[in-house]
Amino acid sequence: MRFFEDIEVGARRELGSFTFTSELIKKFAAQFDPQRFHLDEEAGRNSLFGGLAASGWHVGSVCMRLLVEDGKRQAEEQAARGETVATWGPSPGFRDLRWIKPVLAGDVISFASQVEALRTSESRPEWGIVQARNTGTNQRGELVFSMLATAFVPRRNNGV
Amino acid sequence: MLQSAATIRLSPHNPQPTMLTFEDFQPGRFGTFGPRHVSREEILAFAAEFDPQPMHLDEEAAKRSMLKGLAGSGWHLGSLMMRMMFDGFIGRTASLGSPGINELRWPAPLRPGDDLTLDVDVTVARVSRSRPETGIVTFKCTIRNAAGQILCEMVSPIIVKRRADAEAII
Repeated sequence: MRFFEDIEVGARRELGSFTFTSELIKKFAAQFDPQRFHLDEEAGRNSLFGGLAASGWHVGSVCMRLLVEDGKRQAEEQAARGETVATWGPSPGFRDLRWIKPVLAGDVISFASQVEALRTSESRPEWGIVQARNTGTNQRGELVFSMLATAFVPRRNNGV
Repeated sequence: MLQSAATIRLSPHNPQPTMLTFEDFQPGRFGTFGPRHVSREEILAFAAEFDPQPMHLDEEAAKRSMLKGLAGSGWHLGSLMMRMMFDGFIGRTASLGSPGINELRWPAPLRPGDDLTLDVDVTVARVSRSRPETGIVTFKCTIRNAAGQILCEMVSPIIVKRRADAEAII
């Protein structure tokens, strides 16, 4: 993972794709969001979604998973080049999350992340704050998911 | 599990509703739900599947992180909040789903063993212009631990059906 100083606005990473099978949709929903349109094909077809639809929390959690996996790939590439790998901090939150279209059973969602803004932290000078637009696009090229994520990223030399 | 149904302020038009509709959501405090206990095993299982960062999986790495100890994934906390909302009222609400989340903050980490309570406030309730048989109810949801620390705050709209007879009256 990169240090704050090495990140540029506009930089985009393709994070990979994920297939939302009916089994995975139902498993997540049974645990966290057992609304009928997330658990039952017939109820899904009769809902606004028009089919068995993944919980929005499932879509967001899968995006997180792919972000972490992409970070690990970046870290391995950096280590192979002999670069120092930064350990990113947690996220203070996010804004403007939109579930634009339903994610239905069998959909393959490709996720991406693009840096939108960079600022230093006033209260924590050793950290910078990265704001990125994370998106999910289905196999028909339709944008289904979008959010403005925020994360603490370490500065080189602790920002000194 | 305490569902605190008694704290839900019901509409005088629908004193014992089997299914909550748009009319049951008026601006103000809607209810308090929980507590929901969160175990270390749950935190590790969610992190392994969806957020395998060392601060969510490894005690020693977590101690060295900004979170200063093992902490649950924010997506786990959000998903638990969804489940508490479902158990509290969404499960008996004529909900058509949510278009998104305006804002979500994680001001303090989720810890193993935390007991979560959820406060739900309605900030705005308006009839949908594009689908007048539905309303859009914007909720502010706040999760606290047993010490009263806020762990998660979210503002999110949900689309809710209006009661059929409400349309006849209007």
